Amino acid sequence: MSETETSITIEVVYRGIFQKTLAQRICRSIVLAARKRGHTGTAFARYGDSPERNGVPAKQFAVVASNDIELESSMAKYEPAVVDVSIAVDDTLVKGVESWAWYGRQPIWKPVRKDGFVLVTSEKTPDEVLAQTDTALRPYTLGIVPGGASFAGLWVFKDDHTDYRVLGALAKIEPQWVRLEDVKALIKEQTKDDGAVASAQYGYDNTKLRAVEAGEGTSGHEKLQFDKPGWTTMRPGIIVDARKPGERNPFYKKYGARTMRPVVNFDTCIKCTMCWLDCPDECFEVTPEGHYEVVYEACIGCGICAQVCPVKDCIVMVDELKFEDNKDKWDFWKKDHDGYNKWFESKSGVSADPKKLVPSSPTTNANPGANPTTAGGDE
Amino acid sequence: MAVEVKPRESSDVETEQLATGCEAIAEAIRLADVDVMAAYPIRPYDGVMQAAAKLIANGKMDVEYIVADGEHSQFEIVKHACAVGSRVFVGSSGVGWFYAFEAIAVTAGLRLPVVAICGNRALDDPGAFGTEHNDSLAVRDLGWLLPWAETAQEAMDLALMAWRVGEDKRVSLPVAIGLDGAFLTHSQQIVKIPTQAAVNTFLPPFDLGDRLLHPDNPITIAPQVDQDWLMEIRMQNDQAMRKAEGVIREAHADFKKLFGRGGDSPFLDEYMTDDAEVVFFGQGTLALPMKVAIRRLRKEGHKVGLVRLKWFRPFATDEIVKCLSRFKAVGVIDRDYSFGSPYYGGVLYNEVRSALYSQPKRPVVVGFIAGLGGREIEQPMAQEIFEKTKAAASGDLKAGDTCHWIGVRS
Repeated sequence: MSETETSITIEVVYRGIFQKTLAQRICRSIVLAARKRGHTGTAFARYGDSPERNGVPAKQFAVVASNDIELESSMAKYEPAVVDVSIAVDDTLVKGVESWAWYGRQPIWKPVRKDGFVLVTSEKTPDEVLAQTDTALRPYTLGIVPGGASFAGLWVFKDDHTDYRVLGALAKIEPQWVRLEDVKALIKEQTKDDGAVASAQYGYDNTKLRAVEAGEGTSGHEKLQFDKPGWTTMRPGIIVDARKPGERNPFYKKYGARTMRPVVNFDTCIKCTMCWLDCPDECFEVTPEGHYEVVYEACIGCGICAQVCPVKDCIVMVDELKFEDNKDKWDFWKKDHDGYNKWFESKSGVSADPKKLVPSSPTTNANPGANPTTAGGDE
Repeated sequence: MAVEVKPRESSDVETEQLATGCEAIAEAIRLADVDVMAAYPIRPYDGVMQAAAKLIANGKMDVEYIVADGEHSQFEIVKHACAVGSRVFVGSSGVGWFYAFEAIAVTAGLRLPVVAICGNRALDDPGAFGTEHNDSLAVRDLGWLLPWAETAQEAMDLALMAWRVGEDKRVSLPVAIGLDGAFLTHSQQIVKIPTQAAVNTFLPPFDLGDRLLHPDNPITIAPQVDQDWLMEIRMQNDQAMRKAEGVIREAHADFKKLFGRGGDSPFLDEYMTDDAEVVFFGQGTLALPMKVAIRRLRKEGHKVGLVRLKWFRPFATDEIVKCLSRFKAVGVIDRDYSFGSPYYGGVLYNEVRSALYSQPKRPVVVGFIAGLGGREIEQPMAQEIFEKTKAAASGDLKAGDTCHWIGVRS
């Protein structure tokens, strides 16, 4: 960053509802910390994300500028076209951001300028995260802020210091705009808690940076981009084609809302229909043998199927970042029974054989409500 | 208990009736074979309710007649009925019209050709049943076609035009016919009722085509579009409104051929304008007392005439500008108000001035607010309007940039 830069734009990509307060706290704090050295700024949520839906990717922004005139070019916008830093507060978001119909699935780095930064809160290594990130079109720096995805809540915010660690990390990469001492002073004012201040220092000290060259990343994710129609090509009367019975929405697939996915043990499935009945998104298809397989393109990973399944470890929720694709799995099981079961065990960490009483161990990044993360500066 | 439905009258000859504007509209509903009408009482619109109910009770008309729990539901009912392919009729007045406003706005947005009357009435409070055009005019920016009638005959004729034009695929927009409360809605005049055969020739069956909401044609209507699609949708409505002018001309030509009525232009009714230097300009029944004044003034040697506007939306700008540019001065008579508007003029006044702005040769335009709340326009008032317009034409008065209230006590 040169001395002539007159503003910085930062976005926070987060899981709708669950992380709204977190994103808001980060964006507000960026502006308030920068204010301490005389900068001005604005913080705002992307209007079209509201009303937010559980887990559906959403964005909030902070713009800091050297003065009000410079700030004006970043105002009266829904979202900035280009950002200097993109902060993903859940590492599964690197699989792409699909926010609403016609938005498509966008690489996490899409608005990040050349040589900008992508900060991701994760317990994984930079290379593990990069392996699930879309192939870079231009170089950027990936920063991993230590800690699992924070689902601190909307109405009751159970602060796990993710916001402080992120602010500390930001001070490391953009000291011209956000200084560590300002961040610390702000947190101290707000919390009167030295532990919280220490978390900022922890984020500053422990964020791992990794330069990403153009071409690095995965090309395995689905391309989902649409051209918007013009007034001559739209149907008149505000009409769009309805989905035919059995047809799933091609313009909005929803899997981008997923942080964990259900994996099915077809050996132990008793074909009771519970998952199929209770799935709020009608994701299950009946197989010729009466099993129920997940259509991963439609699954938001809500976990209800795993909750209602009466058979232990028949449907297991697994960290989304462990999967490369959305392919249906029943065919795999049908063609290669043992291969599938090995795959099932490696992903889920539980035995595919019900007779083996292997105690199931919690997976990393497991259901955050049941297993809140403790990583970070408050250790 | 259901009323006994008598066989429809078989004779199909043109007849004459002494009918109010509302009764004439009810006859149009019958002739247009409307499928669904929704009703909720408010004066003066409720005259149509009663007249239509009578036709149904007498076995002369077969229409799904739904009495709603309020105007909002009333307009929603016909909007939805229209979406599933019904020819519909609805109407209201004054604040009732305003209570339906949300439904009125979306009906135009959805391009559903609902035909309505707005029995023009002052907006309460204060309570007043008489005519004022602010109810209709409140929807002027939303994409409704807005014709105004002068007589009961014209009310019926405009209704038949309304279905024809509104339902035309090139337009597909709702139409609200302005009917002056009392003077038109509740005054009986001789009305020629055309034959069913002639109406059938003029008015093809309603066909929404692939926009029909039906299980065999799965569509989604009005999804959330936000800024991504909204301007394109507004543009479509703008284009539809632009096409409406030509479609009205077509329909008017056909109407004239079949029924022999409608005058030279669908948009303007000119009276004694050939050699006129000063003209009055307005819409609705105020043309009647002004014509009386013109005949009297002509006897005194004044070159004065009247141009009555028949369609406020679409505003036939080129034709109106061409017509009015022939005169030295135009006195625009508004039966409405627009508080705080440019020069504190009425709605029509400012529309006319705006239309004339780019003309190299343009008349002086003088604004008059008259006849509010249904106050009669009496001859002394017409005289005052004339004198002020005439003075402006002679350059005696800077009357052009102002607006005069006529017949108001100080």
